[in-house]
Amino acid sequence: MRIGTLKQSYVADAALFDSRTQKVWLAVAAALLCIFPFMASDYWLYLACLVSINVASATGLNILTGYTGLVSLGQAAFMGLGAYTVAILETRLGTPFILNLLAGGLVAMLGGIVVGIPSLRVKGLYLAIATIAASFIAHFLFANLALTGGTTGISMPPAKFFGLPLETSFRLYWVIVPVTLLLLLGAANLFRTRIGRAFIAIRDRDISAEVLGIPLLRYKLLSFGLSSFYAGVAGGLWAYFFRVVTPESFPLLMSIFFLAAIIVGGMGSILGAILGAVFMTMVPELLKLVVDLLPGGSELTVFLSPVRTIIFGLLIIGFLVFEPLGLAEVWRRIRRFFHLWPFRN
Amino acid sequence: MATHTPGSPAAPLLQVDGITLAFGGVKALNGVGFAVQPGSITAVIGPNGAGKTSLFNTISGFYRPAQGRILFEGRDISQVHAPQRAKLGLGRSFQNIALFRGMTVLDNIKLGRHAHLKTNVLDALFYMGRARREEAALRADIEERIIDFLEIDHIRHAPVSALPYGLQKRVEMARALAMQPKVLMLDEPVAGMNREETEDMARFILDVRAEWGVTVLMVEHDMGMVMDLSDHVVVLNFGQVIAQGTPTQVQADPEVIRAYLGSGDVGDLRQRLHAGLQNTAASAAVSADGVGVA
Amino acid sequence: MDWAYLFEISLTGLAGGGLYALAALAFVMVYKATRVVNIAIGEILMVGAYLFFTFSASFALPLWLAIPAAVLCCGLLGAVIERTIIRPLLGEPPISVFMVTVGLASVLVGLVEMIWTADQRRLPDFMPTQPIMIGEAFLAPKIFWGAVIAVVFIAVVLLVFRFWRGGVALRATASDQAAAYSMGINVPRVFSLAWVVSAMIAAVSGIIVGSIGGISSSMGIFGLSVLVVVIVGGLDSVLGALIGGLFIGLIEALAGAFLGGEYKLLSTFIMLVIVLMIRPYGLFGTREIERL
Repeated sequence: MRIGTLKQSYVADAALFDSRTQKVWLAVAAALLCIFPFMASDYWLYLACLVSINVASATGLNILTGYTGLVSLGQAAFMGLGAYTVAILETRLGTPFILNLLAGGLVAMLGGIVVGIPSLRVKGLYLAIATIAASFIAHFLFANLALTGGTTGISMPPAKFFGLPLETSFRLYWVIVPVTLLLLLGAANLFRTRIGRAFIAIRDRDISAEVLGIPLLRYKLLSFGLSSFYAGVAGGLWAYFFRVVTPESFPLLMSIFFLAAIIVGGMGSILGAILGAVFMTMVPELLKLVVDLLPGGSELTVFLSPVRTIIFGLLIIGFLVFEPLGLAEVWRRIRRFFHLWPFRN
Repeated sequence: MATHTPGSPAAPLLQVDGITLAFGGVKALNGVGFAVQPGSITAVIGPNGAGKTSLFNTISGFYRPAQGRILFEGRDISQVHAPQRAKLGLGRSFQNIALFRGMTVLDNIKLGRHAHLKTNVLDALFYMGRARREEAALRADIEERIIDFLEIDHIRHAPVSALPYGLQKRVEMARALAMQPKVLMLDEPVAGMNREETEDMARFILDVRAEWGVTVLMVEHDMGMVMDLSDHVVVLNFGQVIAQGTPTQVQADPEVIRAYLGSGDVGDLRQRLHAGLQNTAASAAVSADGVGVA
Repeated sequence: MDWAYLFEISLTGLAGGGLYALAALAFVMVYKATRVVNIAIGEILMVGAYLFFTFSASFALPLWLAIPAAVLCCGLLGAVIERTIIRPLLGEPPISVFMVTVGLASVLVGLVEMIWTADQRRLPDFMPTQPIMIGEAFLAPKIFWGAVIAVVFIAVVLLVFRFWRGGVALRATASDQAAAYSMGINVPRVFSLAWVVSAMIAAVSGIIVGSIGGISSSMGIFGLSVLVVVIVGGLDSVLGALIGGLFIGLIEALAGAFLGGEYKLLSTFIMLVIVLMIRPYGLFGTREIERL
């Protein structure tokens, strides 16, 4: 049961992790994250990196769609911008990977701001459709510019940490996970300040928000820029992870994947983006496991792809119909139960 | 249009001059003009559809009038954008509650201070440092000056969607106060409230004026509130000002009586107007300073 | 400038546009009645085409049975969709409903892939194969006849909306359900009807499109162009669907001929952005007003 949560100062009340139990769990989680790479197989390390990248990108999308209410189907395109920037810089200039990631984020941010410009004139679904258009235009550019290597794309050498090539999932883990954690922390911090509040106000009632002192266009562009920065960094990490970037690497379907992730996880909550990204990344893997375990499984693998597609769609529909607040809400219910346990209400 | 001017006032804090606002062919406001003196409580009244909320929205900057101008502290703010007007000191509450349902009471109130805060994106992402200090100072200020004042400390962490109507209205007011307004525009602050809640709100409004030095401009239908609280009343009908003056002057004005009795709106006013009519018949004319009748 | 070539391309484009218009009509039908943006319109169209394939090729039914069977089954699908996933989301923010249709599209693609595999297939020919010549311009017969069927359908629907009181009922339920209810309109029935009719029109569209270019599990991409068409024409305008369809068909054909095949989709989307910037509600759509 949760007791003894009295705060003595306003600063303490605003802290991210306020109770002692939370801090303990945090320490445990940190320890687990550090031990994990030494214990896990290559396959699980690969998954961990992939999950982490997806969490980073989903968090970015959550800022834009979950918190600011601007639906975007362009997340993959912004990731592509980041990935290509990183690939180009790495292959042509060989600059340090931290710089490249930052540059990837910034380029994607610029792209996001440009795409966000119509957002004052165009609302809701129209904006979503505009982002689809932006996606296609981006894809066209990726496939047709010499700079981006056309349809073959770019193959790149691994990132180097003081000469040490980051070629394995194990090594990349130590870059990808901390970067993701930083991005998560940034997002959580954002919503303790006036910037985050402004975003939520825009989502809930943007006209009143303006009269209350929030310049709409500026903040909508800020939201676009920030979320695409996140996407750009995630795309850069993706590039270092897969080492090949092609126009087909970031299709519209990927944008849909991220939107589904934040819906399933729970829009408008940091935990939601994490849960959603983890869930959506792991479901196909679990499916593969199940199929492998079933008798006669080898015949069923041909159905793997369509079944995955169906389950993907069913997850979106299912959560929207039955649990629109997502996994985060389920988690909250569990927490509430344990806070009050052994009492009922 | 009948204007009864008292003695010579100081420079008005807010002045509206010849505002005309049209939607398609319909004129929501037609040549509306009045002044709000600093430290006063001014009420804008009129039958439904008279254009009161449109007037507020125009002053706030949501609507662009076809003609006319708005002066704030002597400066023409007609071209100033809405968010900037909020920063200059035009606070606002809304007729149908416009609280942000995704946030708690405290966050809603904090949002009111948005235009005066300085935290930028980088500060916010990092948080330790300027953002944290600013947030702590903001919280302290709101707790001590607003939450205590409006007696909403027991609900500060509640999500606003869970609150009863009366409390939501109070949170609206709190948010408007957080805007550090020079002029506080309240759009029907006691709509839908019972006697007790109305009296509480009336007390808050008077206290806000007394303790904070805030000038109040309110749209209201509750005639008791209007008569008891206001220093100056502006009457709108069909988008035009048909009378303005002290509450007593206005309630005796034949134009006003016609406007209200014609639409059969407010029962309370009827009685007062009736009494006023009888007194007007008894003493031939309204005295110059508007005092003494009824 | 080769005028003859331009004319030929334009003609093909307009005819193709007629097909877009038909699919757009299916979209508008649902939006007009229920305010739902159905992004899965391309996938429903695909299911219609596959149903026809099954009935005519696998079951070897004669054309006059296969086509209506496919259309009716697709209509049934529309009813099922409306009842199971759209109706529960009544009152939810439009973006939720939109995302549900995204999920639906995924499910339909997966189902098609599972039942019929992802291979491309051909539909049995049923249209006259004589090449159509208009002056010196050549028009592929399938495209021509497809366009003719499309235009006939659109004309019929336009008339029905204009003169049948059901059309008014449709519009009433879209704008205010409670009011429509109190007027005695059976709102749930109108919703179902709209989805059924929409799915049937989509099926017809799918059969035609499938006859021209074959069917595959990625046919749904057609839906993206249709989306552009309805934005350009106006989400709730039947006339807009027609004009928008013709317009986009023309643009695509011209872009494809003079710039290259890969520019087709790009030009469509650039058109979309332009329209969103200058006239977001489309050529004939109704403007939505915001109140404070």
